[in-house]
Amino acid sequence: MTLPTTAPFAITVDVGTSLDNHTGTWRTERPVYLDRLPPCNNACPAGENIQAWLALAEEGNYEAAWQEIMVNNPLPGIMGRACYHPCEDACNRKDIDSAVSIHAVERFLDDESRKQGWLPRVPSDLSGKKILVVGSGPSGLSAAYHLRRLGHAVTIYEAGPVAGGMMRFGIPAYRLPRDVVEENIKRIADMGVEIVLNRKVEDIAAEKAEGGFDAVFLAIGAHLANRAYIPSADAGRILDAVGVLHDMETEESKPMLGRRVVVYGGGNTAVDVARTAKRMGAQEAIIVYRRTRDQMPAHDFEMDEAIEEGVIVNWLTTIKEVGDGGKVMVERMELDADGKPQPTGEMDELEADTVVMALGQNVDTSFVEKLDGVEIKDKTIQVDTQFMTGHPGVFAGGDMVPSERTVTVAVGHGKHAARAIHAWLQSETYQRAEKHEIADFEKLNPWYYANAPETVQEQLDIARRQATFGEVLGGLDETNALYEARRCLSCGNCFECDNCYGVCPDNAVIKLGPGNRFKFDYDFCKGCGICAAECPCGAIEMVPEEI
Amino acid sequence: MLKQLEGSHAVAEAVALCRPEVICAYPISPQTHIVEHCGELVREGKMGNCEYMNVESEFAALSACIGSSACGARTYTATASQGLLFMAEAVYNASGLGLPIVMTVANRAIGAPINIWNDHTDSMAMRDAGWLQLFAETNQEALDLHIQAFRIAEQMSQPVMVCMDGFILTHAYERVSMPTQEQVDQFLPPYTPQQVLDPANPYSIGAMVGPEAFTEVRYLAHEKQLQALDVIPGIAAEFKAIFGRDSGGLIREYETEGADTIVVTLGSVAGTVKDTVDEMRADGKKIGVVTVGSFRPFPSAALREAVKHANEVVVLEKSFAIGFGGVVANNIMMSLQGTGIHVHTVVAGLGGRPITMPSLHRLFDTALKGELEDMHFLNLQWDIVNAELQRQREQIASGPTAESILRNIQTDTARGTPTPAAE
Amino acid sequence: MTKELTAEQKVKFYQKGTFTVGNRLVDADNRSVQASMERSNAITSGHRACQGCGEALGARYALDTAMRVTGGQMIAANATGCLEVFTTPYPETSWQMPWLHSLFGNAPAVASGMQAAMKAKGKKTRIVAQGGDGGTVDIGFGCLSGMFERNDDVLYICYDNEAYMNTGVQRSGATPGGARTATTMPVGEAYPGNVFGTGKNLPRIAMAHNIPYVATASVAYLQDLEAKVEKAMSLEGARYIHVYVPCPLGWGCASNATINLARLVVETGFFPLFEAEHGKVTATRPIRQRVPIEEYLKPQRRFAHLFKTDAGAEAIRKLQAMCDHNIAEYDLLREGEETLA
Repeated sequence: MTLPTTAPFAITVDVGTSLDNHTGTWRTERPVYLDRLPPCNNACPAGENIQAWLALAEEGNYEAAWQEIMVNNPLPGIMGRACYHPCEDACNRKDIDSAVSIHAVERFLDDESRKQGWLPRVPSDLSGKKILVVGSGPSGLSAAYHLRRLGHAVTIYEAGPVAGGMMRFGIPAYRLPRDVVEENIKRIADMGVEIVLNRKVEDIAAEKAEGGFDAVFLAIGAHLANRAYIPSADAGRILDAVGVLHDMETEESKPMLGRRVVVYGGGNTAVDVARTAKRMGAQEAIIVYRRTRDQMPAHDFEMDEAIEEGVIVNWLTTIKEVGDGGKVMVERMELDADGKPQPTGEMDELEADTVVMALGQNVDTSFVEKLDGVEIKDKTIQVDTQFMTGHPGVFAGGDMVPSERTVTVAVGHGKHAARAIHAWLQSETYQRAEKHEIADFEKLNPWYYANAPETVQEQLDIARRQATFGEVLGGLDETNALYEARRCLSCGNCFECDNCYGVCPDNAVIKLGPGNRFKFDYDFCKGCGICAAECPCGAIEMVPEEI
Repeated sequence: MLKQLEGSHAVAEAVALCRPEVICAYPISPQTHIVEHCGELVREGKMGNCEYMNVESEFAALSACIGSSACGARTYTATASQGLLFMAEAVYNASGLGLPIVMTVANRAIGAPINIWNDHTDSMAMRDAGWLQLFAETNQEALDLHIQAFRIAEQMSQPVMVCMDGFILTHAYERVSMPTQEQVDQFLPPYTPQQVLDPANPYSIGAMVGPEAFTEVRYLAHEKQLQALDVIPGIAAEFKAIFGRDSGGLIREYETEGADTIVVTLGSVAGTVKDTVDEMRADGKKIGVVTVGSFRPFPSAALREAVKHANEVVVLEKSFAIGFGGVVANNIMMSLQGTGIHVHTVVAGLGGRPITMPSLHRLFDTALKGELEDMHFLNLQWDIVNAELQRQREQIASGPTAESILRNIQTDTARGTPTPAAE
Repeated sequence: MTKELTAEQKVKFYQKGTFTVGNRLVDADNRSVQASMERSNAITSGHRACQGCGEALGARYALDTAMRVTGGQMIAANATGCLEVFTTPYPETSWQMPWLHSLFGNAPAVASGMQAAMKAKGKKTRIVAQGGDGGTVDIGFGCLSGMFERNDDVLYICYDNEAYMNTGVQRSGATPGGARTATTMPVGEAYPGNVFGTGKNLPRIAMAHNIPYVATASVAYLQDLEAKVEKAMSLEGARYIHVYVPCPLGWGCASNATINLARLVVETGFFPLFEAEHGKVTATRPIRQRVPIEEYLKPQRRFAHLFKTDAGAEAIRKLQAMCDHNIAEYDLLREGEETLA
């Protein structure tokens, strides 16, 4: 009890004395800070910590942001352009206005990194282990990069004359400029990864023994085009999509597609080919697809861009026959009660100089078949959770193994395989970190976020892009990249907005200072739960007290 | 300096000499002339930086005083009657918070029936509110008591009510000796609060106190009043040393030496009582007077000492506890418990009824003869009372007694009956 | 520190957390007082307010801001009520500034006396008075009006939780029509809660005194509230801020709903946020996300009966009509840039 010396007893009380009264005893629930998994991170096949690098970018710390990307993904320039960004589909911001344009910020950061000459961190000490990577596509490069970061010596054998795999032969230049691909690859090579070109591997075991490699990572992709049987009087007019896109990369043998091109298929590759055809000078590029737009596997935005560029799509049609003089007979389909396309018997005729089949690709498994223990199923190489084939020390990833075939998935395979190989070399098993609870939209308090529509990346004007392979989407400049980064909601992770600190009626939140977040003062917290209700990003949880 | 002044103006000028910093004013008869003159003095620049606030009620007046006093400003206000009751909540609050506010109460009756004339019902209604209550006998004393009141209040950190009879003193022009500023400055140092709201040394004033300490708080307030029993005479003595006259103190004795009967009274009526006593002493009657200067704290010991040789005490008071008897008398009886001195209660002068020397002669003679009843109402017109009681017995219907009486009086006046209390 | 309405700056970036307490993307000087590690915590921990008390929050928001603006040169007068009772039960006080409680109905007059004392002493110390809705719109109304009329240099803050909570949730002059209180219990079709009187709109009454500044605020709009207190403290004379503070206990809502209800009451249009100077409205805050009155009423048990009877449905219509009236009166649906404050 404090008694002021002269002032009247009990009437007058010294300030701040209520600190003697610990109101924490009233509590039946306690607030607890936690980190939830942001849906973007959860959705990223490459396992990027998107939220972390957006936060760094938001502060204008672009190099740190870029380095944060490089922890998980060695190819941000490619990812920022060619990835179909599942992160953005998962982004909670789409329920407020529109998703954060994550890929655009990533691309901006990569542009900056190349402009500024930032370099990834490489350990100076080597482990003494040597690893062979077969194939220089995204999963091979990713595995090589991560293995190098883990201290191992890495050599890539590439069968072709240039590195890049599908990044070069599968994705058209208007979506992925080649200088970006080259610079991203060069950066990996500069880390000390040896890339040997025109080196086709026929006998894995022999190569491994000969080169003294401790482990092998196979990543040759899927280059064999699927074929459908279509009666054809003029087989010369029929090409496959992989071949067309591949030949685009070789100056000498650019494909001659003609003025009227019909593409058969509904995936992204079909769209890529149709758009490529337009750029090659085709007056007509028609996609024939047997289902509806809703059912199309190609991404919406790509389809939109294709249509803007004049690509025509014949929905609910199949190619029945390719006749003389490029007459293509197509049959109209209709959806049955189950939503499946059924033939109607009604025929139409199209004129085509070339018919391109875009019906998917397969893996060339022949060189693996000789290896003991490797299992091949559904034309893909089977691997365990460690990305290891049935043959000890031989790992595989990317399009070769059962998975979604995208650049980003391949990069993710490369990363996880590298970590698994690293563990295997030490006779350990690689354990992926356990995922936190996902911070879905219901966990957020969206009131606190101001409305802010997505920055629309500048698009090349239609006329120009129909004719050239210049990049369709313009990049963000610093102002709008920053703007875009700031749209991030920081789902599930405290971003030090001070809400809990401000809204606590009992001053029971202690602010620890910039970067150090907050802690609860359980001596005084009454457990009202306002902090949890008003946390914009869902980083506080109320937990029952044991009474 | 001798001045011929209205009592209210004398008080206002004395207050001005005390250098108050905040004065809150709300008009109510009969104190209006005091705050009016204070306002004039402030505007004439005769009160330095004093803030003069016209407020919207007595409740606000004393509340504003509470605020200013808690901020360390010497604070003054004045009120009367209904106004004192309207601020009653704040009256208790000011003393509970220990704020040395000085307030003049120009004593006046409480309605209904509404009545603007003098008695002590208003101050007596607040006798237990924790304030010190000093009663002035003359305008000179009223003036002097205000100067002393600031000293006492600030020394005790308790509010002081200076009670002076409405109209009888407030509106009477008398010659007074107005002290000089130097004298007052010598007597009354600048206010050094015992508790003050100050950002440099903050604390909370006005905490909520529960059963665990409330009795102690109340006892400490009582203890403080008991301490004032020593402080008040001390300050009166200091006052005399500087100003050269007797003023204030706990009680004043007059002709008590050898008196068998002692009249105890308070306020301006003491003058009439003393004049009556002078005449009776001249006739050899053994009668004396004790005037109570401080009603709170009540000077029990001093009073007991003053009357210890008397056989009986006649308490003449302008207040009345309806349903019981005398308010002052009750305090005196308590003080004389065990002495065997007989105490008579005389209620007089309610609502401004004059207390005249002939009435007092009759009253005191009756007392000296041993014929005074224990409870006596001076000059009560029994014919009116009995008539009304008769009417009430006959008419079951109730009605406002006052109006009924007034109707009867008017009827009597029309018939040529003398007005009440006219002798 | 006399910054001009700093928190009113336009949103330059649509950064995350624009409307949060701390906005680390604006200049340090422009961040909310509540975000600061140096805030004065005019009311500190250990007070006995109920869980989720809006008044405890509103008072800290307002006084911390005033403390910053005045550099701590400030004294508060407090009316009797929850705020007084829960902060100063002997032998403890939660206040960390000079503070006085006198009576229920006299806080404005006490504050008037305080400012007079400061004037007399030539001190720059500023005076803030505060009370609940009962102490302000009912029992202290006369003193408040007097303080306004004299234009005394006092900022009076009313924390409005729409009933006498300290005594057990009885109706006050600020209780909305239809609300259940201990003295307006709903009984069938005949009595759907509190009567719809003619209303007692104290901010408007304050404006009728032509005082320099009147504003309404809600604990859900911190930057707005702070900007208003700051503005008020930059002016001299009588100023009035009416702060809406939900009471979980009295309203029968979850203790974590305080801020949300303080937000919904604004977004419905039921409690418009505005500022007025010398009797004229000078600024209003447009609604960001309009919601019907039911969304505000439903989480509160004091309105639960309205959803059960025809008379209740009529009461809801009346409440919605009041919202619609406010929206038209203050042009609350106008298009405009979002501002922080």
